[in-house]
Amino acid sequence: MQRRIIKDKLFEIIIIIFALVSTFPLILILFQIVKKGIASINWSFFVNLPQPPGESGGGVSNAILGTFILIVIAGGFSILLGVLGGTFISEYKDKKISELIRLCVNIFQGIPSIVIGIIVYIWIVMPLHRFSALSGGIALGIMMLPLIVKSTEETLRLIPSSLKEASLALGASYTTTMLRVILPAGINGILSGILISVSRVAGETAPLLFTAFGNPFMNFNIFKPVDSLPLLIFNYSMSPYPEWHSIAWGASFVLISFIIILNILTKMVSRKWKTVF
Amino acid sequence: MENGILKILNFYAGYNVKTILTNINLSIPSNKVISIMGPSGCGKTTLIRCINRMHELQPDANFKGQILLNEKNIFATSPILVRRKIGMVFQKPNPFPTMSIYDNVVSGYILNGIKIPRSEKDRIVEETLRKVYLWDEVMDSLHRKGTFLSGGQQQRLCIARAMAMNPEIILLDEPTSALDPKATAKIEELITKIKKSVTVILVTHNTAQAARVSDFTAFLYLGELVEFGFTEKLFTTPKDKKTEEYLTGKFG
Repeated sequence: MQRRIIKDKLFEIIIIIFALVSTFPLILILFQIVKKGIASINWSFFVNLPQPPGESGGGVSNAILGTFILIVIAGGFSILLGVLGGTFISEYKDKKISELIRLCVNIFQGIPSIVIGIIVYIWIVMPLHRFSALSGGIALGIMMLPLIVKSTEETLRLIPSSLKEASLALGASYTTTMLRVILPAGINGILSGILISVSRVAGETAPLLFTAFGNPFMNFNIFKPVDSLPLLIFNYSMSPYPEWHSIAWGASFVLISFIIILNILTKMVSRKWKTVF
Repeated sequence: MENGILKILNFYAGYNVKTILTNINLSIPSNKVISIMGPSGCGKTTLIRCINRMHELQPDANFKGQILLNEKNIFATSPILVRRKIGMVFQKPNPFPTMSIYDNVVSGYILNGIKIPRSEKDRIVEETLRKVYLWDEVMDSLHRKGTFLSGGQQQRLCIARAMAMNPEIILLDEPTSALDPKATAKIEELITKIKKSVTVILVTHNTAQAARVSDFTAFLYLGELVEFGFTEKLFTTPKDKKTEEYLTGKFG
């Protein structure tokens, strides 16, 4: 009896230790970024353009705007497609084609992001003969697509079929039933899927290397290169200038904060719009 | 019985090669409560799902024969129009989770894109909720979500949702099987009241319930209509031996 209790206690202690150990790297990373990054954060960091090496100060407004433009393009391209695709495979669960799409989506998720960057380079950058925000946005959108399809499908699958029947039995058409009853009932899951996918791609560097390319100037034109926070971090941290290193740390801090805020927002959305059946 | 509101003629239905209903002939009088009873799997639900054309939504579903609503074949018109005239309430309460109580009641209008003025909506909501005895309980929380109500209240809300469209017939598919006795009693009471404005077809596997609320009873067994008649007559002097055995609990 005594031995069993000791064994249980021991096991409990071990899992607590392992749980703490697994969060330790995250805490270290956050600590490091906050320590080194917070020093360069001030108002001008958000509104100014980067300075040439040797001059202090300067900001990353171009990269913040660029990240925003890239996410808007990526979302514009992938949200509708992903939600409708997910709706299709949840509606026609047992069809062969749904199986096929599901398989493709799973494989899709496993494709390394650098490969997606190269593909978009061949598809869009080469025919247009230029690096552009558009191509970068599409690369990120392609990465968001499988995430949105999957989260939409999983959300819709949990909605009881009796809801659909209730709507159809009132004389509503299939389209109305899907758009006004089923999709709204799953809105929290679909929205959090979208937000999670945004926070996933917001930190991507590899697919942007040959597409959005980076740009030290402010740019609103989607047919021209733009900078993004991860690209800027990548370029600046590789440079030999200490001023640029501190800007890279500051940018890391901004990026991490953005992703943490997105994650908190996701939690809030899924709590606020939770549908009770 | 000759001029029933709903007539089912030589009707067969099933899935793929499996036949569920065989040669059903039934004439349903208006403004009465009609119970359809029988053991599990006898085709009760399939029959009422044919009446509002929900059966054909299932993959591999098939049917043969005619169903006449006011002498008009329902299979000759659009299923959408049929479903607006024949409402349905399901086994488990299923109010629309994203809609308020108010919107749930008028959801038939919302989902069909029928625009009605606000005052008219208010009137329909109050009138219908009064009909299902829910008004007093929810009048102060009309704009809360319908899913916050108790199971019995939710089911009455679902009945209100179907009634708000002013249907000619309302189909109740074992509406009390998921409810406790008190909520069941309330629903049974309202069924006997709403027949003033609508014909009620009630599917039940509870013979006592059929006896309590219905004017006419149909007994289905293995997909065939064994007996149909006045509830009192069918329960006291059943013509068929099968009906008697079912009522006395020998099977089912």
